[in-house]
Amino acid sequence: MTKSGALRYGGAGLLVLVLALLPFTDRNVGGLLPGPINSPGSLQVLSLMLVAAAAAVTLDLMFGYTGLMSFGHSLYVGFGCYATVILSNNPSIGFTKGVLLAILFSFLVALVGNAASLRLTGIGFSMATLALAQGFAIGVERGFLGSGGEVGVTFERGVLPDPLRGLVNSRNVYWLALVLVVVVYAMCAILVRTHNGHVWQGIRENPLRTKAIGYDVYAYQLAAATISCTLASLCGVVFAIVMGGANPSIVGLHYSLALVLMVVLGGRGVLWGAALGAVLYQFLNLRLPSLSSSDLVTGLPDAVQVPLSQPNFLLGVAFILIILFLPGGLASLITRRSRRATSKPGRQTRRDEAADLAPTSR
Amino acid sequence: MSTFLLIAISGLGLGSLYFLLAAGLSVIFGLMRVLSFAHGAFLSVSGFASWMVLRSVETPSTPRLLLALGAAVLVSGALAFLAEVLLIRPLKGKELEQLLATVGLGMVLVALMAGIWGPDEHLIPRPGWLTGTISIGGAPVPNSRLLLIAAAAVVMVGIQLMLARTRYGLIIRAGVENSAMVSALGINVKRSFTVVFTAGGMLAGLGGGLAGAYYGGISPFLGDGMLIFSFIVLIIGGLGSIEGALIASVVLGLSQSLANFYITNGVGDVLVIALLVVTLLVRPQGLLGQKERLV
Repeated sequence: MTKSGALRYGGAGLLVLVLALLPFTDRNVGGLLPGPINSPGSLQVLSLMLVAAAAAVTLDLMFGYTGLMSFGHSLYVGFGCYATVILSNNPSIGFTKGVLLAILFSFLVALVGNAASLRLTGIGFSMATLALAQGFAIGVERGFLGSGGEVGVTFERGVLPDPLRGLVNSRNVYWLALVLVVVVYAMCAILVRTHNGHVWQGIRENPLRTKAIGYDVYAYQLAAATISCTLASLCGVVFAIVMGGANPSIVGLHYSLALVLMVVLGGRGVLWGAALGAVLYQFLNLRLPSLSSSDLVTGLPDAVQVPLSQPNFLLGVAFILIILFLPGGLASLITRRSRRATSKPGRQTRRDEAADLAPTSR
Repeated sequence: MSTFLLIAISGLGLGSLYFLLAAGLSVIFGLMRVLSFAHGAFLSVSGFASWMVLRSVETPSTPRLLLALGAAVLVSGALAFLAEVLLIRPLKGKELEQLLATVGLGMVLVALMAGIWGPDEHLIPRPGWLTGTISIGGAPVPNSRLLLIAAAAVVMVGIQLMLARTRYGLIIRAGVENSAMVSALGINVKRSFTVVFTAGGMLAGLGGGLAGAYYGGISPFLGDGMLIFSFIVLIIGGLGSIEGALIASVVLGLSQSLANFYITNGVGDVLVIALLVVTLLVRPQGLLGQKERLV
């Protein structure tokens, strides 16, 4: 193992260890979290950040690595979530079978949905995924199939297994979310390093050439998208456990765009970048409203206070600035420096240039 | 029968709203290969602009309504102009980045509107004749629907005339075919990008002003909801084809309204998605779209 490899694995291991030990500390972190770190409220915020990180990593697999921009990733997170709750609430199915069935159904939906969407390329694919996700969102908001409309559905009493239930066990739920991130991240990291993963990246750079070499582009894209979306539904399952139910906040265009934003914010095509972007996004989204009602902000004039109270305003501005001035996302701040140190001068590793080289579609 | 007629004409009115948004997006996509996510927000902003003009009076006069529509078109056009110059142009050649920039802009605008005016719907007062009905085949058809249909028809004819008869139309049609060649011939394609993007924004503005007349209210999220259906119109009609967008918006508006009324509320929206899936499976390039090459 090379020195940098050892450093990387060591760093990742250390990070996971620190995250795993977090629930044992009762420190206050200013107003950043709703209470001490090990309080149920704080742990829920942290768990949601971890789930978002996992979901963003799965999107990065198809968006950042295969070049398939999905505007409908929320469909799969949402489907996994709702299917888990609705199936588990059925007394003849129960929690364990419910989760397994939910994942199976999600896989089927992912397979069929992507097989249909991939009949369009480029922007058409994005639109098709968006529309499918929107169909699901409409169904959920209208309360079809017992999805509860705007309120959502919660696990019925006694459905969740004891170790995952109630405020006292929020620590276990947090660890579950951590396991989810580690599993999803590891799977994606291994996948993109396999031969398949390299073909995916070839497709991202230039589908036409990849096809010319003799790869079945459609099949590889379908594989990448199906794996990515099935893993996303796993995030939905954990989301359901964290929230004790399903709600419409994770379905529809808004959440799909949020996931794209997380990946772009952190850095497309870098798995830890996507995770970083997601953690930042979710943190700002959950905590900004309460931070902006603190004395620090309420003393400010209206013109400053209004934008600050809207997390989407700040996130949108950050997003635009990153697209304009930092196309590689936050991750490129670090990778660029380390690449400059290790690679030969003049050799660029920017993937954005591929977009200029690729023939424009007509 | 008269109920059917009423619902059908209402559906056409809804389709007209989709078309106003989709027509602009279609030309923009045809020329610039950019799908704008910001036009939904433009629509909402212009809805608020018309609300600002109309809110002070209880039943506004017709000139005031025209003034409100004018304000809506101007505000949205100005926003679109700024967006093109400040966001789209610097990212020239990077289609994905351009699209993402419009996503960001849409988010920012919606958040600002929600921050300033709150997330709830604001009622827009309308002139007396607009809320009245006219009898067509025994059905009491609201005048606002007819206004929308008329506006969409005027826009359709206007776009066709513009594309067929004017110099700009010629440049745009040529640019759709091959924009690199057009600029190589010494024609300022950059300027026509700005013109087309701004015009698309103005159409969204008109849609925003008229949406107020259709729904009688405006909220920061109205535009995004319409935008999704406009995208579906674009895919079913074929990306970049205005005639396709027209047919698709008529079909969508009609089937959505009829199914929502005759089956149950909400089925129409799902039916639209089903139509989309069928289109994708049977004819992925859309009704009148051209087959795209891989990539």
